[in-house]
Amino acid sequence: MEGKVKDPNRDKVVLDKPLTMSLAPHIRSCDTTRRLMLDVIIAMVPAIIGSVYFYGLQALVLILTSVASAVVAEALIQKLFKKDIQIGDLSAVVTGILLAFNLPANAPWWIAVFGSAFAIIIVKEFFGGIGSNFMNPALAARAALVASWPSIMATYINPDGITSATPLAVMKGGAGVESLPSLTRMFIGDIGGSLGETSALLLLIGAAYLLIRQVINWRIPVFYIGTTAIMLLLLGVSGDLIIYQILGGGLILGAFFMATDYSTTPITPLGKIVFAIGCGVLTALIRVKGGMPEGVSYSILLMNIMTPIIERFTRPRVFGGAK
Amino acid sequence: MRLDNLTFKGGVLVKDRKDFTRDKAIEKAAEPSIVRIPLQQHVGAPCKALVKKGDKVKVGQKIGDSEATLSVPVHSSVSGEVIGIEKLYNPEGLRVDCIVIESDGLNEMHESVEPKGNLEDLTGEEILAIVREAGIAGMGGAGFPLHIKLSTSLEAEVDTIIINGSECEPYLNSDDRYMQECPEKVIYGTQVIMKYLGVDESYIAVEDNKPNAISSLKEALKDNDKIKVASLKTKFPQGESYRLVDAVTGRKVPQGGRTKDVKTFVTNVLTAAAVRDAIVEGKPLYERVVTVTGNGVKEPKNLLIKVGTSVADIIEQCGGFNGTPGKIIAGGPMTGNTLFTLDTPVTKEVTGIIVLTEEEAAPVKTTPCIKCGKCVEACPVYLMPNVIQALSLKDRYDDAEEYNALSCVKCGTCSYICPAKRPLTEAIAHAKREIRAKRKNS
Repeated sequence: MEGKVKDPNRDKVVLDKPLTMSLAPHIRSCDTTRRLMLDVIIAMVPAIIGSVYFYGLQALVLILTSVASAVVAEALIQKLFKKDIQIGDLSAVVTGILLAFNLPANAPWWIAVFGSAFAIIIVKEFFGGIGSNFMNPALAARAALVASWPSIMATYINPDGITSATPLAVMKGGAGVESLPSLTRMFIGDIGGSLGETSALLLLIGAAYLLIRQVINWRIPVFYIGTTAIMLLLLGVSGDLIIYQILGGGLILGAFFMATDYSTTPITPLGKIVFAIGCGVLTALIRVKGGMPEGVSYSILLMNIMTPIIERFTRPRVFGGAK
Repeated sequence: MRLDNLTFKGGVLVKDRKDFTRDKAIEKAAEPSIVRIPLQQHVGAPCKALVKKGDKVKVGQKIGDSEATLSVPVHSSVSGEVIGIEKLYNPEGLRVDCIVIESDGLNEMHESVEPKGNLEDLTGEEILAIVREAGIAGMGGAGFPLHIKLSTSLEAEVDTIIINGSECEPYLNSDDRYMQECPEKVIYGTQVIMKYLGVDESYIAVEDNKPNAISSLKEALKDNDKIKVASLKTKFPQGESYRLVDAVTGRKVPQGGRTKDVKTFVTNVLTAAAVRDAIVEGKPLYERVVTVTGNGVKEPKNLLIKVGTSVADIIEQCGGFNGTPGKIIAGGPMTGNTLFTLDTPVTKEVTGIIVLTEEEAAPVKTTPCIKCGKCVEACPVYLMPNVIQALSLKDRYDDAEEYNALSCVKCGTCSYICPAKRPLTEAIAHAKREIRAKRKNS
C-alpha cells in the first residue's frame, strides 16, 4: 500500500457518546460472590439428599425451615439497618443449610428458626454482614442452641428413628471396634449424628466439587483431618479407632465446609495451615480429654477467634524481599 | 536446563481472547494524511523539537531530541511539511507537544536511513549510539530507553539475555505474529544485544499458547545453539519482566531492584527487531505492529502503523466501530490505558488498540469483600491486595507502604480475579501515587 494516501473526504469515525475512562484492568473474571455461594450450595446437595434418605421428610422440613428463616432474617435486619438487601448473594442460604446440618434430625422446627435468626442477626449482621463476621455463623448458632437447649441438641436418632448414642459417644464410653457400626455404614452415613454430618461419602463428593471449582483450597481440610488423626494417636487412641474417629462425628463436614469459611479463617496461605493444625489439635483434645464426645464445632469457633492474630503473623513475604 | 513449561508462583489463567486476530497476518496500515508525533514516547525527559512550522521533513528524519541522559529522539514517520506543533493527549493521558506533519504521500526516505555496516565491524559504543539515534525504547509497553538499559546492564555484567515474547496480555497478537512472520529479525536483534553485552547464551521466551511462533523461531534457530527458545506456561502476568526472569532462570529480582541486579537483561521481541532494523537498514523506530481488536471494531487486524497516526484513522481502516464503543484501550486489557479522544496518536509503546462494546465496558457492581483470599493466592508479588485496598480507601498510606504497596507491579491480577469485583489494583495504584508524593515532599 506504499504511497496510497488516505482520502480525507471519507467518512470520519466519530464518537456518539463519551467513552468510559478507568484504570486497568479492564476485564474481570466471571466469578462473583453469588456464584461462589451457589457452588457451595451445589456441593451440599448430595448431603441434603442423603439426609432425607436417612432421616426422612423431617430432615427436609428442618433444612427448608432453616434456610427460609436465615434468608428472611437477613432481609429484615438489613432493611432495619437501612442497608442494601443482599440476600441475592445466597450466603444466607449457605448459613441456613449448614445450621440445619448441625441439628439432630428430630429437632423441633423452632430450633431451626431460632438458630438461623441468631446466626444471621447476632453473629453475622451485628458485626458488619458478609465478610466481616469473625465467627462462623452456623457454628456459633449451634453453640448457642447447645447452651440453651442441651437435651434437644444432644438427643440423636439413628436413621431407623431410634434414639441412640452416636459412634463418638460410644467411643467416649471406652468401647472398642466391636460395639461400633461397620466401616461401610460409617462411610455411607447409616449412623446416628447431626442431620448433615454423617455421610462422609456424600460430603466428600461435594468437597471434590468445591476443590475442582477452586472454591476451597486443599490446605485446611487436609491439615485439619491429618492433625486430628495424629493428635488422637498421640493422646493414646488406639490405631484401629482412628478411622472411626474421622468418619464418626462432624469432622468431614467441619473440615471441608466450616473450617474453609472465608471470612472467619485466615486469608494467608500459611495462616490457613496454622489455623487447620490448631483446629485439629483442639478437636482431638476435646474428644479425648474434654467432657464432650465431639469437639469440631468448638475447635473451629476457638480458631475463628485466633484468625486475626494468625493472619498478622503469617503475612506472605514479598517477592524478592529480604529473608 | 529445562526449557519448556516454565512458570512462576501466583498469577491467574485469563481467557486469552486472542482469536480475533490470531490468524491475521501483519498488514501495512494505510498511509495517514497527517501524523501528530509526540515529543515524548518514552520514560524520561521529553524531546525538544528540531523542526519548525513550514519545514520539509522526510521519513526517518530526526525531528526531536533531548540532551538529557534518559531520553531518546523521535523521528518523522512520513515525508511532507511540518504544519505546526500541537498539544495533544498521548495514550497515557498526558498532554504532550506533538509535531504535526502533513504527508505528501511520497514517503521519501531521509539520507540518514542507510545500513550501518556489518555487525562484526561495529564496536560496542557504535552499537549503543546507533540504538540511541534510532530512538528505540521498550516496545512491550513500558517505553524505557533501550540504550540506557543496555549500558547499565553492561556495567552490571549481566550473563543472561531473555527476549520477551510471552505476550501474556489477552487480545494482543502483535508479538506473536511478528515472531511467526519475521523470526530472523528478532534473532538478528538478539545477536546484536548478545554482542554488545558480551553474553554467549540467550533465550527467546514464548508462552505455549503461541505454538506457531515457537516452531518458526525454532526452525530459524536450527543452526544456532547460542539462542534457545524457552516455552512458558500460559498464565498472566508471565510477560512481566521479574516473573519472566524467575520462570526462565529461577532468579528473584530483589525488592526495589531491577533485572540487571540478578545479571539478566530482558527486552521485548519487537524491541530486539527494532535494533536489527536500526543496524541493517539504518531505520529508526517510526512504525510498529499494533493489534487492533475487540468486539467493538468491525474488522480486527494486526497493522504496521506509523507513529503519529491517529486512533480515528486506524479504527476507520478496520471497518469502523461495531455498534457504540464503550471503551478504547491503548495496550492490553489488564494494564492498558483508556482513551477518551480519537485524536490520540499511536506511539512506540502502543501494543494494541482494543475497542470494548458498551456492555463490556459497563461498570460492574462492587460487593463487600468476602475474604476469599483469591487475590492473595494470585498476587505474583505475594502482597495482600485486599488489605492494601482497605488501607488505601481509608487514606492510611503509611500502613499501605508497610504492607509493601510500592512493590505492586500493577498487573491487574487481583482486580481481575476478585469475585466481589472490588477495584484492588486501582486502589493500590492510588496508594502508590500517594506514598511517592509524600516521599517527594518530605
